[in-house]
Amino acid sequence: MNGGPAIIARGLTRQFGRLTAVDHIDLTIPRAEIYGFLGPNGSGKSTTIRMLCGLLRPTAGSVEVLGMDVAHEAEKVRAKLGYMTQRFSLWEDLSVRENLEFMAEVYGVDRAQRTQRIRARLEEFHLLDRLEQRAGTLSGGQKQRLALAAASLHEPELLLLDEPTSAVDPQSRRDFWESLFRLVGQGTTILVSTHYMDEAERCHRLAILDEGRIVAEGQPKTLMAEIDAAVVEIETEATEAARAALGQIPEVVSIAQLGTRLHALLERSVADPERRVKDALAQAHVAAAVEHTSASLEDVFVAATGGGRRDQLPDGARTDNRT
Amino acid sequence: MISGALLQSWRRLHAIAAKEFRQLTRDRLTFGMVVGIPLIQILIFGYSINFDVRNISAGVVDYANTTASRALIADLQATQAIRVTEYLRSPAELEARIGSGAISAGIYIPPDFERRRQEQGRSAAQILVDGSEPSIEGVVRGLNSVESTPRAGQSTRGPGLIEVRTLYNPERRTAVQIVPALIGVILTMTMVVFTAVAIVRERERGNLELLITTPVSSAELMIGKLLPYVLVGLIQTTIVLLVGKWLFDVPIVGSLLDLYLAAGIFIAANLMLGLLISTLAQTQFQAIQMSLFTLLPSILLSGFMFPFDGMPRAAQLIAQVIPLTHFVELVRGIVLRGAPLASMPWAVGKLGIFFAVALALAALRFRKRLD
Repeated sequence: MNGGPAIIARGLTRQFGRLTAVDHIDLTIPRAEIYGFLGPNGSGKSTTIRMLCGLLRPTAGSVEVLGMDVAHEAEKVRAKLGYMTQRFSLWEDLSVRENLEFMAEVYGVDRAQRTQRIRARLEEFHLLDRLEQRAGTLSGGQKQRLALAAASLHEPELLLLDEPTSAVDPQSRRDFWESLFRLVGQGTTILVSTHYMDEAERCHRLAILDEGRIVAEGQPKTLMAEIDAAVVEIETEATEAARAALGQIPEVVSIAQLGTRLHALLERSVADPERRVKDALAQAHVAAAVEHTSASLEDVFVAATGGGRRDQLPDGARTDNRT
Repeated sequence: MISGALLQSWRRLHAIAAKEFRQLTRDRLTFGMVVGIPLIQILIFGYSINFDVRNISAGVVDYANTTASRALIADLQATQAIRVTEYLRSPAELEARIGSGAISAGIYIPPDFERRRQEQGRSAAQILVDGSEPSIEGVVRGLNSVESTPRAGQSTRGPGLIEVRTLYNPERRTAVQIVPALIGVILTMTMVVFTAVAIVRERERGNLELLITTPVSSAELMIGKLLPYVLVGLIQTTIVLLVGKWLFDVPIVGSLLDLYLAAGIFIAANLMLGLLISTLAQTQFQAIQMSLFTLLPSILLSGFMFPFDGMPRAAQLIAQVIPLTHFVELVRGIVLRGAPLASMPWAVGKLGIFFAVALALAALRFRKRLD
């Protein structure tokens, strides 16, 4: 039983009234890995995580977490599960120590081990000097470390983290990911949702969600290597004119701007994408350096989520995914 | 194995109750309300009612000026219902002073007071009272005999001395009736709001979302959150009883155990109402509004303020679904008449039914909320 995947979901679907938030998702998440959910807001990341930990009941489909059926063995599953909400959801009017002691009691952490375990976690997350401080007065990064300490206090087999780093600075994010790798090293499986490309790239495996569906899945490296598009980088001063010219090419899937550079994604079917772009730019009298390049994760993301919306492209509506 | 699961369940319950209690003592405003609301309420209700009926300012016109007339005035003052604030020269002046609102009552002792005292069926002196203030009028009339006939406008005649003594201190009965029932009003006011807000706040702040993913069950969560408030309610009951006894001399005729049992049942009913409200309200503000919405009918229709028998039939029916109605009946029975709780099974039963129905509705809604 322990050898099987941490999470298996089949045809997982959730509707809110007429809105389908999650649409027939299939997942197989192996143990002791960091699995990432990458997607824009409203793509169904949170809803999926909530169904996996039993907060929401699926409208259709089945979920097996740690070899157990979430619908029927919710209590058993919850004991082996740690969940970190998008928002800080510990008690701000309790101290760091009180919050952790409470969570230890709720998860039934052995009394004899409790104090020692809390101490170890605080040390690990650099919160030992904040022991008696009210949680509400901690900084964003400290709150988030406390939340992770609380979620991992009972040594869960599976950690579900819903956009854990959305409210903290880059340094805290880096520290946070160090902690995640440490936990994975101890055998914990981690499912983390994010909308940061750099975080997604650090996951062992990744699912890109868009409008409730998984539009790409695999190891980040593989996803980048096997992107279903050609990436052409254009360096030019006249970005606006270049954009307009690229918009005339029917095979262009999307255009993203990075400073004076443009990333254009072209359909795979184009034989020589570099030539194609060069011709279009020359025709529009735009001076530019054009180069066929390897895909970044953002290109993968854009290619996976931007398809089928070509009509929006000239406005650059799909180009703001880097946050 | 089973006992192990029970032990775990108990640990979780205990952890939630302890956390809730800690937060309660830490939140100064709420903690202040726990003690402050009963104190302020009992002082306001207790004193405003007593203050009005005691020490009614009165003017005196004493044409007789004999030992007996002075003794009458002293006796009237001794009731504490009136307080002589001024001596005037004529009945006309007395009426003018009442008319201007400077005094609320006037005592007129005619020159032939001594002779009138000897005669049967004639009143020896006259008390004038401001009829525009019903409670004052009632109290001053109480100083005299029941046969007194109020005349149109503002004056009342009474036959005199002896009757004044027999109806001594009529205002005390009012205070004694108010204070025990006040326990119910205060509990209604605080219990419903506290529980509703405590639960809605956790949902608003996202705490609930975290709690649901832990092994805590719905029942453990609900009971753990409500238990500290049972204690709060019993503390408030004790405060009102002590202050009532100390400041207003409210005797407890019946069994103290019965009283606390009744309070316990009533607290439970109110906590369930609070729980139900918490499942309906989205924000703390809504929770407070809904609680206030239930408070007003409770005060007006329960018989706490206005006699139950005087209400129209429809109002009496509505009052049946208000827990305070039954608690007022219980508490007055126990505290004032010394009736045992067991002699009022209907009131207890109705509170029990309210508790069960509110619990069932809340449990139904609470489960849905997780979804």
